[in-house]
Amino acid sequence: MKICKKGQAGTVQSSDLMVTVEPADALIIEIESTVKKQFEHLIRAKLEQVLAKHGTVSGRISISDRGALDYAIEARLETALQRAGGM
Amino acid sequence: MALNSLGRQIPESFAGKKLVPYSDPWSLQPHAERSTRAIRRLSHNGSKLVGGLREAIIASGLKDGMTISTHHSLRNGDQLLNDLVKEIDALGIRDIKIASTSIHIVHAELIPYIRKGVITGFECGVNGPIGELVSKGELDCPIVVRSHGGRARSLITGEIPVDVAFLAAPYCDEYGNFNGYYGPSACGSLGYAQVDAQHAHKVVAVTDNLVPFPAVPVGIPQSVVDFVAQVPKLGDPKKIVSTTTRITTDPIGLQIAKYAALVMESSGYVKDGFSFQTGTGGISLAVAENVRAIMRKGKVKGSFGCGGITGNFVDMLEEGLFEALFDVQCFDLRAVESIGRNQKHVEMTAGTYANPFNCGSVVNRLDCAILSATEVDVNFNVNVNTESMGYLLHNTGGHCDVAAGAKVSIVVAPSIRGRLPIVRDAVTTITTPGETVGVIVTERGIAVNDNLPELKAELIRRHAPVKDIHQLRDEIYAVTGVPKPIEFEDKVVALIEYRDGSIIDVVRQVRA
Repeated sequence: MKICKKGQAGTVQSSDLMVTVEPADALIIEIESTVKKQFEHLIRAKLEQVLAKHGTVSGRISISDRGALDYAIEARLETALQRAGGM
Repeated sequence: MALNSLGRQIPESFAGKKLVPYSDPWSLQPHAERSTRAIRRLSHNGSKLVGGLREAIIASGLKDGMTISTHHSLRNGDQLLNDLVKEIDALGIRDIKIASTSIHIVHAELIPYIRKGVITGFECGVNGPIGELVSKGELDCPIVVRSHGGRARSLITGEIPVDVAFLAAPYCDEYGNFNGYYGPSACGSLGYAQVDAQHAHKVVAVTDNLVPFPAVPVGIPQSVVDFVAQVPKLGDPKKIVSTTTRITTDPIGLQIAKYAALVMESSGYVKDGFSFQTGTGGISLAVAENVRAIMRKGKVKGSFGCGGITGNFVDMLEEGLFEALFDVQCFDLRAVESIGRNQKHVEMTAGTYANPFNCGSVVNRLDCAILSATEVDVNFNVNVNTESMGYLLHNTGGHCDVAAGAKVSIVVAPSIRGRLPIVRDAVTTITTPGETVGVIVTERGIAVNDNLPELKAELIRRHAPVKDIHQLRDEIYAVTGVPKPIEFEDKVVALIEYRDGSIIDVVRQVRA
């Protein structure tokens, strides 16, 4: 699935995250998180898993995370991808 | 380096001082006389007014390398320490250590003076940005975090000699009598300042409200005050109240409060003579509300409420649910107003409250206490000092003092805060040893320390959701995932002193 335009989903409230996806030549994942030091590895793994599930191989994926759990990360990323015209 | 009994690496010395690694909460014995200071004789009977802060600093004889203190009864509304350090800088004085009773976010204004060398160390814990910058290695300034009881101990034993105490005096006369009850900067109890008034080598009462002699009731007497200084404003008492001092409406918080009240009821202590301490967090206040209902229903006449006092506690006193309130600091303006009016709302010094090295502090008489936690580990150790990035952001307060004193200390916390599991394999920093923590209450279940087997059995009998703490951790990890431990450099930036002066943990610089 291809990211055709900018798509965004989420909020910056506690326990949520804001996902922004944009077209790019390669796959770039940028993570900002209040729990980065303890959970960056799991956040990244979740993002990669969702991207793989939808066959997204390129695009700039930036998240601003406030300690969201995995299901929220998955839901927000999928919505952002849909809005980017990729789904 | 030496390992303390909780497995933490403690350096041999810090900022030039030899360290004693923590071993257990009880056995360390003091080998000291009470600290002394020179006896003064004031040969005049006139005013002790010297002018403003600058004149007071000069009169006190403050010099390079000395230690000063202030009290934090105005909490985040304090203006005195910031103004004081500006004047110290203007006078060209350098290398000052701060041994205040606590440092708040408002004191971020001190950061440029740390960089400039005016302030070169904190003999007290800090809340907010100073600790964060020190943790990041962006600010070089050793910090020794002490509990309220430990801080009192360090002055009383003379371990921390305070050269000059500048004490905010909201209602003060020209001969140095003062209290905190009245005036535009009224903060209520001066429980922390009492220790400094008795032990600092020079005592300056700083007021924005000079009243005709005598300022009564006398909280701190003329006989220990060297000078009186006048300033336009000590601070803003409206900022005494933190934003959290309201009963929670969050369903998770209410569930925790319900369980905590059940724990207290099951402990068997909620009967005539019951004594209780709680904090100001939304959950703690909800617990207090539940306890109040239980006491009313059972017609229980309690003994005392203790600690930082809120309006809720004042209501319980006035309703006759407690015989007295012991107040080391007022947490809201209703408490401030009450302490000047209610004879049974008693000002208590920090030493009487929580110092482990005396003939018995008030915390020893507590039945139940509600405490907070940033993290708890499977050995019941609690962290309240460092946050999710590993930065030192919070002072200990009375946490480890109350835990050690109360018969049942109850830690209340949601099981998850923004993905962070509250119960985990190991806490980032140990503030309070698990041996002194009785019960962990979360919305997912209640973990009871093995040293309270009867309480555990009673809770099970009442069908409370008692879980082994490892099980609780596993359930939480199943939702959050397993956190990666924060990485630190070797450099120690702060000590976490236990109440007896031994070192229970250290804070290291966080790896960038």
